[in-house]
Amino acid sequence: MALADARTGSGEPPKVSLLYNPALRSVVYQVVTLVVIIGAVWYAWNNVVQNLARANMTAGFGFLNSRAGFDVAQSLISYSSDSTYFRALQVGLLNTLVVAAAGIVTATIVGLLVGIGRLSHNWLIARLCTVYVEIFRNIPPLLVIFFWYLGVLALLPSIRTIFQHVKDNPDAVFFVSNRGIYMPAPVFGEGFGVVLVALVIGIVAAIAFTVWANARQRATGQRPPVLWVNLALILLFPLAVFIVMGQPLTLDYPVPGSFNMKGGMVIGPEFLALYLALSLYTASFIAEIVRAGIRGVSKGQSEASFALGLRPGQATRLVVLPQALRIIIPPLTSQYLNLIKNSSLAVAVGYADLVAVGGTILNQSGKSIEIISIWMLIYVSISLITSLFMNWFNAKMALVER
Amino acid sequence: MAESITYVRDHFLEAEKPPTSDSSIIGWIRKNLFASAKDSVLSIVALLALVYFLPGLINWLFVSAVWTGSDRTACLTVDQGGQLPAGWNGACWAYVGDRFVQFMFGSYPRDELWRPLLVVAMFVGLLIPFLMPKMPRKGLNALLLLIVLPVVAFFLLLGGVFGLRPVETSLWGGLMVTLIISFVGIAISLPAGILLALGRRSTMPILKTVCVAFIELIRGVPLITVLFMASVLLPLFLEPGNNIDKFLRALIGVSIFASAYMAEVIRGGLQAIPKGQYEAADALGLNYFHKMTFVVLPQAIKLVIPGIVNTFIGMFKDTSLVTIISMYDLLGIVKASFGDSAWITPVTPLTGLIFAGFTFWIFCFGMSRYSAFVERRLDTNHKR
Repeated sequence: MALADARTGSGEPPKVSLLYNPALRSVVYQVVTLVVIIGAVWYAWNNVVQNLARANMTAGFGFLNSRAGFDVAQSLISYSSDSTYFRALQVGLLNTLVVAAAGIVTATIVGLLVGIGRLSHNWLIARLCTVYVEIFRNIPPLLVIFFWYLGVLALLPSIRTIFQHVKDNPDAVFFVSNRGIYMPAPVFGEGFGVVLVALVIGIVAAIAFTVWANARQRATGQRPPVLWVNLALILLFPLAVFIVMGQPLTLDYPVPGSFNMKGGMVIGPEFLALYLALSLYTASFIAEIVRAGIRGVSKGQSEASFALGLRPGQATRLVVLPQALRIIIPPLTSQYLNLIKNSSLAVAVGYADLVAVGGTILNQSGKSIEIISIWMLIYVSISLITSLFMNWFNAKMALVER
Repeated sequence: MAESITYVRDHFLEAEKPPTSDSSIIGWIRKNLFASAKDSVLSIVALLALVYFLPGLINWLFVSAVWTGSDRTACLTVDQGGQLPAGWNGACWAYVGDRFVQFMFGSYPRDELWRPLLVVAMFVGLLIPFLMPKMPRKGLNALLLLIVLPVVAFFLLLGGVFGLRPVETSLWGGLMVTLIISFVGIAISLPAGILLALGRRSTMPILKTVCVAFIELIRGVPLITVLFMASVLLPLFLEPGNNIDKFLRALIGVSIFASAYMAEVIRGGLQAIPKGQYEAADALGLNYFHKMTFVVLPQAIKLVIPGIVNTFIGMFKDTSLVTIISMYDLLGIVKASFGDSAWITPVTPLTGLIFAGFTFWIFCFGMSRYSAFVERRLDTNHKR
């Protein structure tokens, strides 16, 4: 009581030593942090200037306009050794995006199948999927890349064997060699644009039909055959236009050249090794995420949908999956980001991605600060864009509470 | 009244047949492999695939494999210049056996091998009681494992003191390097991650911005760029004429990277602690330091132990990336040995990679099993 009286007795708060004032302390801590950071940056900057002066080099991004002087094996846009460093980096970035996109699609499909397979009542399937996940999750992706590149793809038939093979079977158009997979390349003739327009019209019509079908189902309870009509609209309609236009598509076949196959399309072993390794590695993580997501939806949900008379497929599609997706999407996003970042392992097998091209430029020009900041800037931007998109998607899928 | 009730049975039903037994082998197979038509098809396809691939795999790995030999001729067929019959294909374990010491310790001087072996013995001796929940004196154990052991190992491995011969880090290699990098990464990233996570949740704007920027930048870029930064930019950032050790650069790169990831895991734990815990600690008059070390962090870290172990596993796998900045960790040294003329054969790369993969797998699988075990143990507290 005495204590309480003493407290209430004096009208003003008790005097606290300035040493214990939280506001002041916070300011002091932050000033100290700032000073330390500025000091470190200043120290590093000073050293960079001195080190560069010693090595007779200048900083700046002007070098991006000078001639690259090296070749890139796989390039989606026109590029030669006479192009600029800037062009080379563009080629690298595109290659990164290509392998990342292909990897994400494959990893999602494989991961989904394996994740569902692990939950299967079929003992054998569940075990096989578990073995797959446990093997690939616990091995470094770089090792898996080397496994494909040095252990598997390098053992494929040599180009000389392929030449012999072509001599024996002149009709062959598809070759698998240790220099990659050769296949016919499509050459788009005049009028192919019309087919593309037809495809777009087909897709738009399919969407419109789906909307109409949903409205009709709501109004009458009858569901029109959406799948078949949509397949016809998207596949058959452009195909019909393609035939009407006189098949404006020819194939460019690979033929033996002096040292290598000429013409056609080739998928290099570097891309294949990277693509296979990234997809299979990431798929094992996606499988675990899918499994956790499906298990996260309580059993009552599927039982309730069966009680409503939904077929198992419908119950999965309309009831379980939408709820599972809410659990799946956030970790799935980080797996996609991991895959994009892991695509930088391309440098280990010489697939010309952003890091491999940048590394070559770094070795040639010695512009380490510039190249590393370009890398970081691009990867951080890709990460940000991907997370923004996935956050939007997540918000769209999230439970709408009323 | 009773006679008017017609629905009361006046006779016993025949006893039904017992349900088909699930306990016999046939019953088990029927239930688990052929429950429906779809299941049967899947099972048969999977069985056929197994029958097709498994014998070949076992044959390649064990039956046809070459187990003894001193150079490449042991694993070459007649037409390649060896003694094996034409068309032979199998693993070349003789090569792994021949290079085993190199794969474990790199080029560490052979007559000084007792030093890394001693470190391994101390490490195992301290780690096992540390991992067993029932063993007493966890604090002392942690102190020995995380502070004393690294110091002892540093002097023992590097030498140059107490009459030990100096061994440069450029001679280190193999599994030893993989383990050292991951252990140092763990030992640094855990405290650094805690500090970063606390900084990110602090109310001081400048401190918070710095921590958020660091974490998000590092998490947004691939490890390989961070490693390039450590190996190429670090010498530029330091005094002119410095010659910072390559091994140290890799350590710095890995630690920076791991700290950012660890920070996010710890933050998850911090966010999961109810506000009442913070307020209760404040009400008790604890200062910030005491509040965190005695109330919040013990609960938060316990919650995220699985996440921490997962980060460890990720980091252990990621150490293989130092291969790219030309260091010889386990993967790097195995890959370098493919070019060794004494053992160049068509099957050498596959054999070496399978060996390295198996070694990595053992460690990672062990860690994930341990994590699952801890998770189950801790879970008992939260059971409803």
